[in-house]
Amino acid sequence: MPRLQARARLGPGEAVSDPERRGFLATAAAALAGVVIAPGIRLIEIAGARAPEEAASARVRWGMLIDTAKCASGCTECVKACNEENGLHGAGRPRTDAQWIRKIDLKDPRTGRQHSAPVMCQHCAEPPCVDVCPTGASFKRADGIVLVDKHTCIGCRYCVMACPYKARSFIHENLSEQKPAVPRGKGTVEGCTLCVHKVDRGDGTTACAQACKAAGHEAIVFGDLNDPQSAVSRRLREIPSIHLRADLRLDTGVRYSGI
Amino acid sequence: MISRVAIALLFVLAAGLSLAYARAPRPVIVIERPGQCVEATEVMRRDHMTLLLHQRDRTMREGIRTRPHSLAGCVECHASAKTGSVLGEQGFCESCHRYASVKLDCFECHASKPGRVSARAKP
Ligand code: HEC
Ligand code: HEC
Ligand code: HEC
Repeated sequence: MPRLQARARLGPGEAVSDPERRGFLATAAAALAGVVIAPGIRLIEIAGARAPEEAASARVRWGMLIDTAKCASGCTECVKACNEENGLHGAGRPRTDAQWIRKIDLKDPRTGRQHSAPVMCQHCAEPPCVDVCPTGASFKRADGIVLVDKHTCIGCRYCVMACPYKARSFIHENLSEQKPAVPRGKGTVEGCTLCVHKVDRGDGTTACAQACKAAGHEAIVFGDLNDPQSAVSRRLREIPSIHLRADLRLDTGVRYSGI
Repeated sequence: MISRVAIALLFVLAAGLSLAYARAPRPVIVIERPGQCVEATEVMRRDHMTLLLHQRDRTMREGIRTRPHSLAGCVECHASAKTGSVLGEQGFCESCHRYASVKLDCFECHASKPGRVSARAKP
């Protein structure tokens, strides 16, 4: 009897489970933020843009959807674009050269179905690399981007071992000709930064997503997972997708469909 | 009392010595770009390291890239027209640091030459 009463007190919109409720609040917030002053001009752009002096905040969660149905086997445009954007030129030693994106080919031995997908740092909400880092160099930014603060990285490589996605590389050689926007150096660990320098600049995309689109595949969709109107959120609503190694419950920011 | 006198003496001696020998070559400070630095020259001479470290944490941890004390920014303005770099014997950063016996590791990772794309955010 008391249970029934409690239920009766809930309003129609409140009788929903937590995640849905959050979804509802996010929609409401986005609707508010998207106040239209003139057609095509919003008071505050909702694509995760923030004022220049404003710190990255948890209102945004950057992430990607990788649609393996659209990813062409043998195509490495995303990897090339990543290397170019971040100045990753290897020393000709494939076993140890830095690799921020790996192109993986998958084959189901029973059915023979083959497909291919890029795998990079999955930008976990619960990143194991952050848990194991002894200096706090491996960290998650408020907006979900998992980074290495190379200023405090001591090169111990615990994070390399802890990452279930093999997403981190260690720099073994002295480097030169680094990109001004992407400092890199010997003795530190690194991995995909979700093109943080581009994101902060307001580009709203990553080098890999751009290259994939330019190649006509559009298998990589980047955007704000917290914004229900973003291209990535819309696509995630339309097609089924999973976290890689969902059993680890890391709540990755990168999701895959068709695997 | 005695120690104070001793210290004063030391100072006089040291000043005399440095005038007499000038062992380390004086730093070459060439400002090629007209205009002003991001802070007053006096502040820059004394505190640029603190400003840089503060900016570093703000950018790295919080993604704030508008602060003026960006290392990429120093390089943009202070790279020599001849070598294109802030390093080298006559390089803006290196020549003064050599004089002061300071060794930086920053440029093992950070570009010592300005690039096409500035690391700073668009305004
Ligand atoms: C092991 C590599 C490494 C070393 C050594 C290093 N940095 Fe960095 N630094 C980075 C990375 C990576 C970033 C992040 C770049 C980004 O996201 O834009 C960065 C960013 C910065 C930034 C913010 C971006 C900018 O250009 O203003 C500053 C300031 C900075 N570092 C200062 C320093 C100083 C000063 C030193 C030397 C005392 C130093 N760093 C040494 C890797 C390094
Ligand atoms: C907009 C261009 C610009 C930027 C960016 C810039 N500087 Fe300067 N800097 C100058 C100019 C011009 C002067 C000479 C100022 C004067 O003589 O009045 C100067 C002077 C200095 C001096 C004093 C040199 C002396 O006479 O002893 C230091 C030290 C210095 N800068 C360091 C830095 C550092 C470190 C950074 C990065 C945090 C930086 N500057 C960024 C333009 C710049
Ligand atoms: C006028 C001379 C002068 C110039 C020019 C100069 N520095 Fe310095 N810098 C110093 C001195 C002196 C120190 C050491 C101060 C101390 O130890 O208290 C220092 C220390 C530093 C440190 C801290 C080093 C450490 O290990 O703690 C950084 C970082 C730095 N400078 C960056 C720069 C950069 C980048 C430039 C070029 C844009 C530059 N400096 C140009 C004089 C200079």
